[in-house]
Amino acid sequence: MSKETNFIFNQTPQVLQKKKYCRFKKHGIRYIDHKDAEFLLKFVNEQGKILPRRITGTSLKYQRKISVAIKRARHLALLPFLADGLK
Amino acid sequence: MNTNQYETVIILTPVLSEQQMKDAVAGYRELITGNGGKLVHEENWGLTKLAYPIQKKGTGFYHLFEFTANPEFIKSFELAFRRDERVLRYLTVKLDRWGVDFNQRKRNGELRTVTPQGEKVVVKKKIEIEEEEL
Repeated sequence: MSKETNFIFNQTPQVLQKKKYCRFKKHGIRYIDHKDAEFLLKFVNEQGKILPRRITGTSLKYQRKISVAIKRARHLALLPFLADGLK
Repeated sequence: MNTNQYETVIILTPVLSEQQMKDAVAGYRELITGNGGKLVHEENWGLTKLAYPIQKKGTGFYHLFEFTANPEFIKSFELAFRRDERVLRYLTVKLDRWGVDFNQRKRNGELRTVTPQGEKVVVKKKIEIEEEEL
């Protein structure tokens, strides 16, 4: 990125989104329950796909745990493998 | 002898009667306690809707066991599930110390989750079966 574009970005902070944060780090959650389907629904889109980190803002450590928890929940038929209009 | 804490969820077929379901669960409970395991907690979620059909069935009896046992026991425990036609699905997970702590707090009703808006909401309590003397 050239200096010029950097300058423009710095000049227009309102265009940039509010900084995302990892909710697990912020609230000190250490364990993600694979039996709590309602909670895991926040990390899937309406098709039941796992949302990427860049959207949810989750840190890598907890994204890994979420993905494992969602896959376990799917195995137990608490979450669908594929869905239409989950939300 | 080293023991770990495990958590198993099984899904039983909905074709069973209430009594048959209880018998099946009692059988597994005995299997745990009879092999040197110790039940920590048990939960019966009752007849629950499945997110997708398994063996052409839309519902199932969910039952949760939380127990401490020898790692060797898990092999025979899961073998029993595989041989049992009443069991649609099973999942055994070894709990790390955070998992043990989490389940303990959940049982005590101390647990809260955080919504995306940052509000704190008490987790909906699941129906707990009566504690049985072991």
